[in-house]
Amino acid sequence: MAPSTEHPGVSRRRFFGLAGAGAAVGAAAGFAGGLGTGRATADDPPTSSVPDGYPFHGTHQAGIVTPAQDRLHFAAFDVTTDSRDDLVALLRDWTAAAARMTAGQPVGDQPLPYDAPPSDTGEATGLPPSRLTLTFGFGPSLFRDADGRDRFGLAHRQPQALRRLPHFPADNLSSERSDGDLCVQACADDPQVAVHAIRNLARIAFGTAAIRWAQLGFGRTSSTSRSQQTPRNLFGFKDGTANLKAEDTSAVEKFIWVADGDDPRAEWMTGGSYLVARRINMVIETWDRSSLREQENIVGRDRAEGAPLSGGTEFTEPDFSLKGRGGTPLIPLDSHVRLAHPSQNHGVQMLRRGYNFTDGNDALGRLDAGLFFIVYVRDPDTQYVPVQNKLSRDDAMMEYLQHTGSALFAVPPGVRRGGYVGEPLFA
Amino acid sequence: MKRRLVTSSLALAVAVPLMAACTSNSPSSEGGGTDSPREMAVTSTNDACDVSAQKAPSGSLVFNVKNDGSKVTEFYLLAEDGLRIIGEVENIGPGLTRDLVVKAPPGDYFTACKPGMVGDGIRDAFTVTDSGEPAQATGKDAELVKAANEQYASYVKDQTEQLLAKTRKFVSLYEAGKDEQARALYADARVHWERIEPVAESFGDLDPKMDLREADLQEGQKWTGWHRIEKDLWPPKSGYQPMTDAQRTAIADQLLKDTKDLYQRTRTITFTADQIGNGAKGLLDEVATGKVTGEEEIWSHTDLWDFQANVDGARVAWEGLRPLLKKDNPELDRQIDRRFTALQDLLDAHRKGDGFVSYTELDKTQVRKLSDAVNALSEPLSKLTAAVTL
Repeated sequence: MAPSTEHPGVSRRRFFGLAGAGAAVGAAAGFAGGLGTGRATADDPPTSSVPDGYPFHGTHQAGIVTPAQDRLHFAAFDVTTDSRDDLVALLRDWTAAAARMTAGQPVGDQPLPYDAPPSDTGEATGLPPSRLTLTFGFGPSLFRDADGRDRFGLAHRQPQALRRLPHFPADNLSSERSDGDLCVQACADDPQVAVHAIRNLARIAFGTAAIRWAQLGFGRTSSTSRSQQTPRNLFGFKDGTANLKAEDTSAVEKFIWVADGDDPRAEWMTGGSYLVARRINMVIETWDRSSLREQENIVGRDRAEGAPLSGGTEFTEPDFSLKGRGGTPLIPLDSHVRLAHPSQNHGVQMLRRGYNFTDGNDALGRLDAGLFFIVYVRDPDTQYVPVQNKLSRDDAMMEYLQHTGSALFAVPPGVRRGGYVGEPLFA
Repeated sequence: MKRRLVTSSLALAVAVPLMAACTSNSPSSEGGGTDSPREMAVTSTNDACDVSAQKAPSGSLVFNVKNDGSKVTEFYLLAEDGLRIIGEVENIGPGLTRDLVVKAPPGDYFTACKPGMVGDGIRDAFTVTDSGEPAQATGKDAELVKAANEQYASYVKDQTEQLLAKTRKFVSLYEAGKDEQARALYADARVHWERIEPVAESFGDLDPKMDLREADLQEGQKWTGWHRIEKDLWPPKSGYQPMTDAQRTAIADQLLKDTKDLYQRTRTITFTADQIGNGAKGLLDEVATGKVTGEEEIWSHTDLWDFQANVDGARVAWEGLRPLLKKDNPELDRQIDRRFTALQDLLDAHRKGDGFVSYTELDKTQVRKLSDAVNALSEPLSKLTAAVTL
């Protein structure tokens, strides 16, 4: 999906920049007295060919095949009301706020009295949209509570695939970092913009939904477009070389978007996708003490370039059959790339969109850091679950990993103008 | 309209130092060509009051007032008689911009800038035409404001009376060494303080003497008041030196003296609608920062009594303002009503005897639920003041 050139609104920075330019011109021309240069330019379309914003409305939600931005603030919410009307009202309010924020505009469009708290919290004022995307999802618990009770009259439309993920080998999940009724993935190139978005959405939600857990990510670990460099994870290796890319349009259709007829109970998901979130802690300190030989054998790629150990360069297809001295495969049998590669998983592909995180340190002074893994799939049962079972069981990397949070969300299709996110579910 | 607002706020941030006089906020030039915009740019200088339009359709109006003069200025929208104030913004420093938001029905008005804050101001006629939109005039309900004030003032008086009576009893029990009975009365007496906490806190000299927690102390500061006695009545298991009889008498006498002082000062107190509205919000802020976290009563763990008392006080303040709010924003009133009820239901679940369970008996989930309910109420309650003063 090429970045759109649509300009849904005037960005905070455009105003900032133009106002500043106007100010400079005004100051220079000030003696002449004939002013007015600082005006009206706000309505001009941006001249830059590189947009710093993505449209909020569309067939699919933004923030999935959109080229991965640099920063993440992800939040899962518990719905605290019993009222379906309140829930729908929240989704409407969120939609309106999201459309404005992704266009670089403040939340709320009415001037308020001096005695009222401002409708926007203000910390993104003067910042450009920073390619902010806001992606909304629904967790299994929105449809049925822990006792199986239908909470909002939605149970009959709960997708077959939208269930709590199974326990995977070695899972050490904290309920305070797992699950949730709703989720919002905020991605932007400026962390302040992403945090501003979650903060304002959480504020709008008070009384209807409350944050259950949230995660900041400081650096993307995947490319979702061929226009992007492959970034590195905290193990120091390139991550996401073999990721599904937005340009692979037929694979995107096949592996990401839910198609008409996929689930007769959940036709509302057509054009949507499933989001798996896993908070994966890395045992950084012991990893750093392991030899480069061990590190590369665990990953199955070389660290410098990201080339498969069977040879070539980063984007060379790995040759899993190539053997070295003594007949052992160059790419070890328990290496991460072998176990996760589509060719070893019946051709299954996924779109990874994870972020590195560091949440300070633990009580022993070790980094509380790792990968906040996000993946989008058309069907978690056939795409994500089998691969994760295999990795959790066999992947040599598991010695250095601990999964501490887990969630699955159904991400509804995009929002049409005048509609609200998830509208087909409530129709 | 939206764009212009952003322009003006950024003009404030960026353009002001360089070209204060050059930036136009005129909505007629940027607002899409509307003949009668609802947003007016006002430029107040030392000797002029330039309003971008002299006419607007009835409804919610915004005057974006920029002080281009060198004196502190004010801006008023006055009724036809030139006396009654429909809306005002005060204390606009040189170079600053502030919005006045008012609701105005059709009619004749005056705009007025008051540079230097003296005199009748620089006036001009202003007309509001009939847009067909119903608009309840701002600032019209002097009777309702008066009623709210009287109701709240009498509540404050009543609470300080009860506080004084119970404090008298409490300190005599404490001084007499009847600790068991003093402990039983502690939370019950403090309820009357907590119900009017923002009022008590408005007396900046009394509040630190009466309600400071140990953690609030500055190094070397003398600690007096309720929480000093609280610690002596519920002492830590080790490392604590109990108060001597003489120390008890001194601290008890001081608390009683300060309470009498508070009582005296509240006999003739009066309020405005914004003080009452902000008081309601302030009480919920107290709950959110001190009570729901169990930090207020760190020795006695009677935080839920304080919690309930703060909620009581906020409810009384809101109820006094309800006649105003219902006229202006019935939906906000309904929301506040529903959320007060939801919060009260949760609190009621923790009642025990005449009071509440100890804070330490609450589990994490229960605290979280209370906190969510406080947030749910605080958000609409934070909009109360603007709604009733608009």
